[in-house]
Amino acid sequence: MEFTIDWYFLIEKLLLISAVLGISLVVAMYSTWGERKVAAWIQDRRGPNRAGPFGLLQPLADGGKLFFKEEIIPAEANRFLFILGPSLAMFTACLTSAVIPWGDSLTIGGREVSLQIADINIGVLWIMAVVGMGVYGIMIGGWASNNKFSLLAACRGASQVISYELPMGLALIALFMLSGSLSLKDIVEQQRDGLWFVVLQPIGFLIFLICAFAECNRTPFDLPEAENELNGGYHLEYSSMKLGFYLFAEYINMFISSVLMATLYFGGYAFPYMDSLGIDGNLLTVLGIGALFIKTLFFIFLFMWVRWTIPRFRYDQLMKLGWKVLIPLALLNMLITGAVVLFRQNGFNF
Amino acid sequence: MGIDMIIFTVLSAIAIAAALGVILSKNPVNSVLCMITCFVAIAGHYIMLNAQFLFVVHLIVYTGAIMVLFLFVLMMMNLNADIEPQKRNWLKYAGAISGGALLLVLVAALRDASLPAIQGGGNTEIGLVENLGKTLFTSYVVPFELSSVLFLSAMVGAVVIGKK
Repeated sequence: MEFTIDWYFLIEKLLLISAVLGISLVVAMYSTWGERKVAAWIQDRRGPNRAGPFGLLQPLADGGKLFFKEEIIPAEANRFLFILGPSLAMFTACLTSAVIPWGDSLTIGGREVSLQIADINIGVLWIMAVVGMGVYGIMIGGWASNNKFSLLAACRGASQVISYELPMGLALIALFMLSGSLSLKDIVEQQRDGLWFVVLQPIGFLIFLICAFAECNRTPFDLPEAENELNGGYHLEYSSMKLGFYLFAEYINMFISSVLMATLYFGGYAFPYMDSLGIDGNLLTVLGIGALFIKTLFFIFLFMWVRWTIPRFRYDQLMKLGWKVLIPLALLNMLITGAVVLFRQNGFNF
Repeated sequence: MGIDMIIFTVLSAIAIAAALGVILSKNPVNSVLCMITCFVAIAGHYIMLNAQFLFVVHLIVYTGAIMVLFLFVLMMMNLNADIEPQKRNWLKYAGAISGGALLLVLVAALRDASLPAIQGGGNTEIGLVENLGKTLFTSYVVPFELSSVLFLSAMVGAVVIGKK
């Protein structure tokens, strides 16, 4: 009847989880500011510039506004599920960050602290599992609202997420063939020594990028929110912070997808010539974290750039692109990758 | 009582409570949600046995795909309890008897089963992706390939039905 708990380990992990969650939330918060600034820049406007310098306090003002607004739950709605929907959306958005290596290890007081919450050897599959569960937030919220437009949007959202999960998974299989490991840490370490996987897997990366847009419900695939046909989408009946959570979950998803793309295809925290700089230890780790964040910010910018450049797809076009273009392309990519890996293993070098 | 035992107990309690919720709740959507909870708790058991691959595939396939389809179908149906026809009594008895028979078979089958993973304290390595893949593609390659043909035929069948 005795516990042996490594308290330092527990505290270390708790601190790490809090830090990762905090950073995700802050980045998501300032993505809303960034989005409006990028939109303004593309449309030749000024964007938010009243609250604080450069409008930097705008996200706080928006958050405060959402918290203090009146909360309305429709009379015919299922109360429990109505609240569960946005909670699940936020929950699944935050879960993915557990397996991402945010940096190499830090040495604090003689103790090596890995900057990854869980280095499980199925890291990437965990992400696929969480993405799959992300559908529930949309579906439950849309159904519980008891509104036909919400339900339609929820069905659209769910079928979109399910359809684009498949090419995403197939694109990742081609990546695993090269890496030989499902652990994100291993994938990053391989890119540290060799080429970035985007060089070896350009088609795979393109498919992954398109699917990431669809999974986050971002333009050009933001059909669950198509306001001109559906009046606002699956969160039509939501008000106050519950709406805020849905919108916020989208920004967290965007952040996590950007980190994932940077990690899987662009070397994660590894940057070119990092081992020939002549520095090591904590300083190199911090530089690595910086590199990861620069790559991530670029992808977040890409998300916004595309949103304000490309118009929305029609629903049948979306399904056609997913099932008839991306899946065959991903299968072909997998076949070619498999063939090349096999040839190289048998000694044909070209 | 180690921390393993505590987690096991909590997970089992959640799984059993959720399983009861599936059959006892009146609202089919709540049943589906209870079933999802039950699946997640069982996935927790898999990770306690260090069967990481099984854990994540269970989450992807059951909670991520199959239950979404269940929810899809239920949401499209009219869930008005008043117009639902009442089940006849003999149907209830038949259900209880067949369920009891299944329980009997399961208990009989599991009574003498050897479960090395549980007795070994959950430290086996067989559930990791590498070992599982090697086993599947060497010792069990014929059943594996046969089942993949079976899946392919099911997919073709679905497409044929969808085309009609």
